Formats: sequence, C-alpha cells, structure tokens
Amino acid sequence: MASLKALVTKPWIWSFVGALLVWLVTIAFTGGYGAGGMVTAALSLAVFTVIVGVGQMFVITLGPGNVDLSLPANIGLASAVAMKVMGGSDSMIVVGLLAALACGAAIGAINYLLIWALRIPPIIATLSASFIIQSVDISFGRGLQIKPPPGFADFTNWQIFGVPVLAMLTVLFTIGAAIALRRMIYGRSVLAIGQNIRAAWLAGVNVGRVRFLTYTLSGALGGIDGALLAGYFRGANVDIGNEYLLASIAVVVIGGTSVAGGKANVPGVWGAALFLVLLLTMLNTFGVSAGVRLLLTGLIIVGVITAAGGEKAVR
Amino acid sequence: MTAAPIDTGFKGSAARNAAARARLLRGLLPALSLALVLLAIAWLNPRAISYFGFNLMLNLAIPIALATIAQMFVIAGNELDLSIGTFVGFVGCVTATWLKEAPLIGVLILLGSIGVYALLGALIHLRNLPSIVVTLGMSFVWQGLAILVLPKPGGKAPDWLLAIMSLKPPFVPFPIIAALLIGLVVHFGLMRTSYGTILRGSGGNPAALRRAGWSLLWTKVALFSLTGLFGVLSGMALIGITTSADANIGNGYTLLSIAGVILGGGEFVGGRVSPIGAVIGALTLALAASPLLTFMHIPPDWQVAANGAILIIVLAARVLISRKER
Repeated sequence: MASLKALVTKPWIWSFVGALLVWLVTIAFTGGYGAGGMVTAALSLAVFTVIVGVGQMFVITLGPGNVDLSLPANIGLASAVAMKVMGGSDSMIVVGLLAALACGAAIGAINYLLIWALRIPPIIATLSASFIIQSVDISFGRGLQIKPPPGFADFTNWQIFGVPVLAMLTVLFTIGAAIALRRMIYGRSVLAIGQNIRAAWLAGVNVGRVRFLTYTLSGALGGIDGALLAGYFRGANVDIGNEYLLASIAVVVIGGTSVAGGKANVPGVWGAALFLVLLLTMLNTFGVSAGVRLLLTGLIIVGVITAAGGEKAVR
Repeated sequence: MTAAPIDTGFKGSAARNAAARARLLRGLLPALSLALVLLAIAWLNPRAISYFGFNLMLNLAIPIALATIAQMFVIAGNELDLSIGTFVGFVGCVTATWLKEAPLIGVLILLGSIGVYALLGALIHLRNLPSIVVTLGMSFVWQGLAILVLPKPGGKAPDWLLAIMSLKPPFVPFPIIAALLIGLVVHFGLMRTSYGTILRGSGGNPAALRRAGWSLLWTKVALFSLTGLFGVLSGMALIGITTSADANIGNGYTLLSIAGVILGGGEFVGGRVSPIGAVIGALTLALAASPLLTFMHIPPDWQVAANGAILIIVLAARVLISRKER
C-alpha cells in the first residue's frame, strides 16, 4: 500500500494512467480488434513527440518564460535539409542525419544568441527566429520532391515483434536524458537555474553556458526529429513540424514537469506523448469529424491541465 | 540573464538628462520604425503614398491592430494568449454564417465566446494554471468549433459590416481613422482611468494590489474578457474586409499580435504595455510584411521573415537605447 501511495504521488504516473485508459476505451469500442497494432502505431508516432518533448522539457525547466517556439519551423527546415543532403541515396544517410542535426543545433544556438544579445524574453526570440526559419524553409524547400533513401525509410518503419526499433532507441535516449538530468552536472545546473537563477549564478553555475547548451540541445533534437519525420512520412514538408508546437509543450506539462521551471520529469514525457497519440487514435476510431476531433483534443488538454493544477504561474 | 548591476543612485544632471532623452527615444521607437517603413515605401513607390494607396495597403491592418490590442490586454496581466489567432478565425466563421442569417443567435454566440474568455481568466487565476498551455489547448477548441460552424470556406459577411469596412471618409483613409480611434479609446481606458491603472497593476505588482484590497480574480477576468471582446471585433473586421470566411483565416494572427505588442513597446512582464504603441506596431507589421516587400520585388516567400527581421531590428535598437538609459 505504501508503495502504491508513493507511486500515486509521482506526477508522471497520471499520464500513463491516462494513456492506458484511452487505450482501453478504444479497444472496448472496437471489441478488442487491433489492440496490439494500436500500441505499435502509437509507439511509432509518440517517438517524434518524445524527442522534441525532451528538448522542450530542458528548455522549460530553465525557468519562467523559457520556451522554444521555433521547433515547428526548425523541424520543417531540418526535414528539407536532410532529404536534400541524402538525395535519395543510402550511402548519404549518416551525412544527412548529421546535416539535420547541425542545422537544428545552429538554429538553437542562434535562438540563444538572440536571447543573450538582445536581452529579450525567449518567447520573443524564438518567435522571431521561427519567422525567419519558416521563410528560409519555404524558399529552400519549394517543390522539393526528394524521397528519403529506401534504407532510411525502412529504418524509421522497422519493427521487431511489433515494437518499432525507433521507439526502442528513443527509450534508450530518454534514459540517457534522465541520467543527464539527475546525475550529471549539466542537468543539475539546468534544475538549479530553473529554481533560482540568481542563486545558481552565485553558486558558481555558468548560467550563460548552460542556457546556451540547453537551447542548442533543443534545436539539435528538433533537427533530428525533422529528419526522422521526413523518413517516416516519405518526404520533407514545410508543415511537417506544425503540430509539434502544441505537442512538445503539452507533453512536458502533462508529463508532470513544472512550467515554473526547476522541476523536470522524463518518464512523464513518454506517458503524455502516448496519451496524446492514443487520444487521436481513439477519436479517429470513433469516426468523429475533424472539427469534433480538434474540439475534443483541446478540451481534454485544458481539462488535464486543470486537473493537474499549477503550483506557480508560468510568467 | 545574469544579475543586473545595481544602480548606485546618484547621478549628475547631465547623466539624468541623457537618461531622460534615452527614455524619450525609447518611447518614440515604435513611431520611428513605422516612419522608417513608410519612408522606404514612399522612396520605392511614391504613388503608394496616397488616399487610395493607404486604403489598399492598410486594409488588413485594422483586424491585425484589433487582435494586437486583444493580445495586449492579457500581456498586461502577465499572461499570453496563444489562441487569439484561431479565435479570430472562429469569430470570422460565426460572422459570415450566423451573424448574417440569424443575427440574434450570432450575437449570442459571440457574447458567449467572450464569456468563455472570462471563464478562462477565472480558471487560470483560481487553479494557477500556465496561460500558455491553457490557451494553446483552447486554440484547438476554437479551430474545431470554426470547422464545425463552417466546414468549407465560404459564407458571407453581413451587409452592414461590409458597409462599415468600405467607408470612404473624405481626405483621411478609413484604416488610419480606425487605427487612431482604436488606439485612443484603449489608451484612454487603460492608461487614463483608475480601473485601467488597477488592471495594469495586476501585472506590475499583484501582491501590492491584493494587499490594497483589489480582487486579482476580477482583474484577470476583466483582462481576459477584454481580450475576448477585441478578438471578436478583430474577427468581425476581418470578415468585413474579406467578405467571406475560412476556418483557418486567422491562424497567423497569434504570432502577429504578440509581435505587434512587443514592437509597440510592450514588455512581457510587469504590466508595461502601450495601446497606441501596439496599434503602431500592428501597422508597421502590416506594412512591412506585404507592401514594402512587393515594392522591393522580394518574393512573398520572405514575408514572414520580414516580420521576424523587423522584430529583431527594433529589439536590437531598444537594447542600444536602454544601454544609454543607465
């Protein structure tokens, strides 16, 4: 009983409970049909949200007002860069992935440069950057019809016993992120800055460098995500990252990370991402129209946030 | 974001004058950027600076200015509304359907949507929720409702609305009169009345306001209702210009409105906003995004980038001025 109580107080448990509940409702509706396939599909789609969600989590943990609004534009541009560099040939996969990573990291670094040089709130800095990135992407990616190399497309869809390999790798990555957050100086510094930036500075944390690294990390993860998305959906697209603005912030908050900063939660990102993907699957299974689906998604997100409550206003 | 150096207080009168000059310059920055964009347009295409030219170039500036004012109210209370764009779209869809066919129901829906905004303000205050996430969720709700109201682009604006938006007053183009009117009315209400000061105070120093006996719940509800009201006006103005609606028609307004508030000299925290600045910021964005680029023969691909670039340039100028202010 005591262990159950301890489990219930963990903020991330609710996102998994929610995901399980949505899954059960859906298979109850279909009469058990497609239960396993649904999990496989949910895992493959949740991966993309988890990757950017982890980046966004580190950024949000830096404290009030820190949020990366440039992720959708970043993902869109990186998907185009990856496809162009790979040029449809299997031998260029690694180079293409590295190019997308570098493109994303550069965007993250520019974001921080704007925040630092102009001393503006990160929301405005990443917003202005995303305007410019979006235009670069529209101009660069116009009429880009390059398919991903067959090897790369197969890799992003590769499954072993119904478990997507990409999901396994992402689990490993999130374990790494959790270790970085809890056990490494970098993660501890991020938490310290989020709790009290002045105290962290006085305690000798190199605030500037940690923030720079965090925005670059978020950008780099956005870049990788763009490349993987282009592989999974067989092609780059300007709008490919659009849904990840809401998704990346929502999974962080639903997953139990404090929007006020200083308190992060990696497992919750997985739970929340599965919850969101399964929610969409459920609404699609029910056969509701696009309008109703959007309406319910929004209402459920607001409802979950309200139920979870906030400890301290974000700004 | 490292610790700011502490002001030692005593300064010579020369330094104080320089600081005052810098503050004045900072206050004039929004107007200066607008003047600069106008000069660039006048230089590139003198014919654009005419009654007809302004009517054409600034047409879409009215809904943008109204959406910017809407965003300004939540920002004054240290919150952010990421749903204003889809809300404007929703209002547009209601305007082009219900408000034309069954005006009474249309008006009730629009009033109800302002009520939803008021409730959101109460919810955010009572449960201490991050407004970014709540409004991000609401953006889906509004978009879903917009699609339900108007599944396919279409509908038609009510005739009286079309008549208002195509007014041709003598000498001064309608968009300029409308912008002035919006700016002055909100300026008076928010900057010159006592409750306006309370509203700004709720963003500036909520603790002090609470101790003075004001209800922070009601200030938040008031600010969110005002955002809803101006969002409704923005959606209606937009449909009055475009004559028909589309569920995605307002999507770009979320980011434009935030950019407009900041361009106009608003600060993200502390209740420091400027209604007139916000209107000027909206006009600058509206002019720089499309007419200026067209005259410079830059393809429309770069319209969004122009908004970003202007934002960065103005913020950089602000930093340079602020440095002198010390």
